[in-house]
Amino acid sequence: MPDLVKMTIDGAEVNVQAGATVAAAILMSRSGFRRSVHGELRGPVCGMGICFECRATVDGQPQQRTCQLHCKDGMVVNTDE
Amino acid sequence: MSKGIELDCDVLVVGAGPAGIAACVSAAESGARVILIDDNPKPGGQIWRASIQDPANPKSHDNDAASWLRRLQACSARQLLSTRAVACLSEKCVLAENENGSIEIAFRHAILATGARELLLPFPGWTLPNVFAPGGLQALVKSGLPVHGKRVLVAGTGPLLLAVAAFLKSKGARIEGIYDQASWRRIIPFAMTLIKRPTLLVSALVYRASLFSSPLRYGWWPVSASGEDALRLVTLTNGIQTKTIACDMLACGFHLIPNTELQSAFACKLVEGKALVDEWQKTSVNGVFSVGESAGVGGLDLALIEGQIAGFAATGKEASARPLFPKRDALRKIAAAMDRAFAPRPELRDLVQKDTIVCRCEDVPWGKLRQHHSMRHARIYTRCGMGPCQGRVCGAALNFLTGWESGAKRPPIYPVQLSTLIREPQATPKEKP
Repeated sequence: MPDLVKMTIDGAEVNVQAGATVAAAILMSRSGFRRSVHGELRGPVCGMGICFECRATVDGQPQQRTCQLHCKDGMVVNTDE
Repeated sequence: MSKGIELDCDVLVVGAGPAGIAACVSAAESGARVILIDDNPKPGGQIWRASIQDPANPKSHDNDAASWLRRLQACSARQLLSTRAVACLSEKCVLAENENGSIEIAFRHAILATGARELLLPFPGWTLPNVFAPGGLQALVKSGLPVHGKRVLVAGTGPLLLAVAAFLKSKGARIEGIYDQASWRRIIPFAMTLIKRPTLLVSALVYRASLFSSPLRYGWWPVSASGEDALRLVTLTNGIQTKTIACDMLACGFHLIPNTELQSAFACKLVEGKALVDEWQKTSVNGVFSVGESAGVGGLDLALIEGQIAGFAATGKEASARPLFPKRDALRKIAAAMDRAFAPRPELRDLVQKDTIVCRCEDVPWGKLRQHHSMRHARIYTRCGMGPCQGRVCGAALNFLTGWESGAKRPPIYPVQLSTLIREPQATPKEKP
């Protein structure tokens, strides 16, 4: 049984395998992460910190590239704020 | 105003992929004080990214990975991970940032191993959620995204397509097909050049064999993707016929392009989108080297060789570097053949429609861009390339669509915290005694 971390994504509590990135954790429950400047739904593309489409607010810090962040216990993630 | 942290070293290596690791290990084992920084939480870059499902499962080329990563951990270099180089304060000093704040790193030599990104070309629907870059989807799966039972279509071009498709299938995805825009007429001569390096040919055949139940087509490319709030259908063409395929995910990318933002910030000369380097991997700027994909996309083996050459050259061990030249030359020939084989076809310029978004950050459609005559002009009038990715995606796409050059980049090369920008500057860059 792999180690799990408990975190909150858009108000819902989820258990995620330790070592997973926040982007992967969000993608498990939804495909769209943010609304573009004209309101289109967008999700991650490049997986390596280049495209900035996977941005979300993590622990109150906005505009975080979630594909380069590891999930941590107690983390609070909000998409599209 | 915070003072931030100040560090100094003999050799600063930026990028902890294979090229950066080889450079770091070679320089550190030569006795230099080395600092290695990378924006990812772990070393290995994209190609040696470990899978969280089976972190200790070495596969094929990963013997190399295991041994280099071991040498990295054993050497004296200081690693700063989750740390991003954001600006050059001088020719001998880089400003970096991580979650703890800003760091000024002074150095005598810098080796830039900034890697490559996937070339993404716009077509109607390419901005829909669940349309990924192939390497991007692979990275997300390795970092925890399950794809079991998902219908995945793989398209675009390049050797990565087969590798990613085989990887996704091994994780339980249903590969609905692999469609590479390169024609057989280009693929066959490339395969012939690989006869001199049969390991690459064999791995391609092994990947293909593992995908026996999925169609592999050359000379086909995507024309559109559609769906409500996420992808449902993808339409492909070979120029004569079209077909529409239902899928849950599309992995689509058009081979790789060098990441040269930091080289550009150092004012290193770039040629054809890559850093211009001499035989020692030195750029046009004194004391600054560029290695691996940033000096020309050539794959893992070339990256390791170039990294070692620079690591030795930066520490006065030219004699250790020189014997690596012949292998580098041979690998660069294969890289050139690969560039020819997978060069994007002109038909791909016709996919964008008036309302197709080109700049994803600022939602600038093609219809608003085509009347402009340069990237600068387009930027001023439309905000194209002025979003958080700073033109990393649309700049390359527009270079292909219009021939526009992105031009010089202004610092910082990534969005940064205000506290990083307003920190007290040093009066003079540190000089080593």
